[in-house]
Amino acid sequence: MTDVTPSLDVAGLAFAYPDGHQALFGVDFSVARGERVALLGPNGAGKTTLVLHLNGILTGGTGTVKVAGLPVGKQHMAEIRRRVGIVFQDPDDQLFMPTVREDVAFGPAAAGLKGPELEKRVDRALERVGMAEFKDRPPHHLSFGQRRRVAVATVLAMEPEILVLDEPSSNLDPASRRELADILRSLDVTVLMVTHDLPYALELCPRSLILSEGVIAADGPTGELLSDEELMRAHRLELPFGFDPRSVTMGA
Amino acid sequence: MHVPDGFINAPTSAATGVIAAGAIAVSLRGARRELDERTAPLAGLVAAFIFAVQMLNFPVAAGTSGHLLGGALAAILVGPYTGVLCVSVVLLMQGILFADGGLTALGVNITNMAIVTTVVAYALFRGLVKVLPRTRRSVTVASFVAALVSVPAAALAFTVMYAIGGTTDVSIGKVATAMVGVHVLIGIGEAAITALTVGSVIAVRPDLVYGARGLTHKLKLRVNGELVDAPQAEPEPAPVAARTSHRKVWAAGLAASLVLAGFVSFYASADPDGLEKVAADHGIDKRAEEHAVADSPLADYGVEDVDDARLSGGLAGVIGVGVTVVAGSAVFWAVRRRRSDSTSPSDTTDTTDTTPSTSTTSV
Amino acid sequence: MGAGHAHKLYRHGHSPVHGLPPHTKLAAVFAFVVVVVSTPREAMWAFGVYAVLLGAVAYVARVPAGFLLRRLLIEVPFVAFAVLMPFVAEGERVDVLGMSLSVNGLWGAWNVLAKGTLGVAASVLLAATTELRELLLGLQRLRLPPLLVQIASFMIRYGDVITDEMRRMRIARESRGFEAKGVRHWGVLAKSAGALFIRSYERGERVHLAMISRGYAGSMPVIDEVTASRAQWTYALALPCAALAVCLLGWAL
Repeated sequence: MTDVTPSLDVAGLAFAYPDGHQALFGVDFSVARGERVALLGPNGAGKTTLVLHLNGILTGGTGTVKVAGLPVGKQHMAEIRRRVGIVFQDPDDQLFMPTVREDVAFGPAAAGLKGPELEKRVDRALERVGMAEFKDRPPHHLSFGQRRRVAVATVLAMEPEILVLDEPSSNLDPASRRELADILRSLDVTVLMVTHDLPYALELCPRSLILSEGVIAADGPTGELLSDEELMRAHRLELPFGFDPRSVTMGA
Repeated sequence: MHVPDGFINAPTSAATGVIAAGAIAVSLRGARRELDERTAPLAGLVAAFIFAVQMLNFPVAAGTSGHLLGGALAAILVGPYTGVLCVSVVLLMQGILFADGGLTALGVNITNMAIVTTVVAYALFRGLVKVLPRTRRSVTVASFVAALVSVPAAALAFTVMYAIGGTTDVSIGKVATAMVGVHVLIGIGEAAITALTVGSVIAVRPDLVYGARGLTHKLKLRVNGELVDAPQAEPEPAPVAARTSHRKVWAAGLAASLVLAGFVSFYASADPDGLEKVAADHGIDKRAEEHAVADSPLADYGVEDVDDARLSGGLAGVIGVGVTVVAGSAVFWAVRRRRSDSTSPSDTTDTTDTTPSTSTTSV
Repeated sequence: MGAGHAHKLYRHGHSPVHGLPPHTKLAAVFAFVVVVVSTPREAMWAFGVYAVLLGAVAYVARVPAGFLLRRLLIEVPFVAFAVLMPFVAEGERVDVLGMSLSVNGLWGAWNVLAKGTLGVAASVLLAATTELRELLLGLQRLRLPPLLVQIASFMIRYGDVITDEMRRMRIARESRGFEAKGVRHWGVLAKSAGALFIRSYERGERVHLAMISRGYAGSMPVIDEVTASRAQWTYALALPCAALAVCLLGWAL
């Protein structure tokens, strides 16, 4: 795997917010093409901050981020942002257009697609998330789970190299949660899933990283990490009551 | 203060429309400088914020409440150009969607409430920030003064338009007194809320306050236990020496104009003969006045006491200073910019003559 | 916006007025109001005709009178101002019911009331028959600077979201026993406003991120366009043209 450029390569990343609060203290990891990796960590570990570095939204700290070999920086920004598809935590941020169709069309249309080709791209993206019949609805009339799926579709329509999901399961009821998991499993792109929903990570991602206090504290197979009680306790990660990662068989 | 159709005659409405369009065109360009490609979403969200905040009623006294106009707040938080755009869009949508403010009066409304408020507030704010010590408290104080003056300044601008294109013969003195009087009261509320809001934003996200840029200090990062300087994002503006000389110029100009305008207009209007004469000229029918005012929701429009007139005269003077400072600083900045374009920016001694001239502001 | 989405002023319907392209309606309303404002105030009958014209439009658009009249309340502050005019204006005076009123002021009050009311009524009809999304497309079609249209469209998309946040903050305040009663509480309200600003601004940043991560580079891709046929233009402009004829008559008579 070493001869292939990783989809994502992060080295020595440190960052502080303008109010002086430092969130990242030197983060190193890399994600190979086609992998599904979970980034785990308690609240305030710097997960979202890290995500915002992946397509150059936050800069001004130290260290480097490379996407498919391209360093994240001013000169490649447009290309980087096309390749890194971020699904944000709040679908309201992502769905800024008046209708679902226009929202999904936004990305490809900005890239120059028009007419029937654009419509096809929109339809395909919406089909992949099972939202085709909601095409002409305004986003704020959809349920939260539907909005999250449309948000995924808006990014899929861009055909990204790596899909980054920030807390994809938050605020979803169990049925929507499972539907989204099915959708994510059916996609063949590199996925980095930022979450503190441990069963969801185990279900979807063979490999996990633990981000704690601004550094990567552990990196390994999800099942092993979740079974290491001491490690979990040290980083404020808790499994739901009655959940035993050893008894779960992975259905990748 | 949303002016409806028919209040100002057609030619004046058209002229203000042209002014508003011009100012918006300038602001569109300026906003791109302030926010680059982030203009649309950020200005849109700030406009939504202004829109929401205008619905935030603050209680003034038993039973009555006021709401924020937001021009000064927008200017200080996001910069004058973006501020103009945000408030203009709010006014445009209010006009089209809610019929609040006439469509033909859009130019009047935008000029008054979007342009005059933001420009006066921002110029005054920048002036004060330059003069006062460089602390966060000064920013709050400057916001207060800027917002306080911006509201009656808009009222004054309205009076000017009314003088030019009003459809009814009401004496301009009366319109000015009423408008400025009422809007000084509104301005106090606006000022308090604006200052407190800016203060609370500065406490949490000082980087978001456009008007307070340059007050943030250098970031230190701890990387694997070592302290490292964060790479410098924006270049330092002017050298320190130049800045202090600017500050002196600003301080002298502001102080002189405030003293002159305040005192001169105060004493001018303190002359009772003059006042009575004005009152007689206006043909104010005291009784009718009182009757009309008795239970009108606009009771404040009728305030006509000697004291109030004197007070409002003084205030009008201070507002005049605000406007003059705007004009003066426009020249000042223009000169400085041209100079820094052509030669080194360190030399600023000659700009003293462009400080706001003061004598013209007395009322 | 799509089916079902409506702002508070919009009345869903399928009348001929609803069906007109938005930019023709915008242009018609604007032209109508300009004509109204340019009419001499002495031609009182002309304003009556304008009112009848608007009434006809409301009838065709199936906008009920009650709805229209309720929306006119927005004008009340200026009605009060107009009522004050006869008392404070200059010039020749007449005595009515023992009060000395200015003739000029009476005319002025009439002028503001008549023109203001017609203007508000025209805007209300426009808003009642045009969806928000369409209004924005119309403004864009009428060559409003694209950036301005974008700002407006974001404002409208997120207006509800932010007002909602404000409401939630108020509920949070009130459920902790706080009630804004006077000047002493301005500080608390301002803190909320400050927090709301930070949230709005940060949301703006996140929206911007979502946009650039999908290839936004300063201009919105054109996805929908509205067009109008000659017949639709003629239909829409019938209102201001009729008004113009009345106006010219008003000047001539």
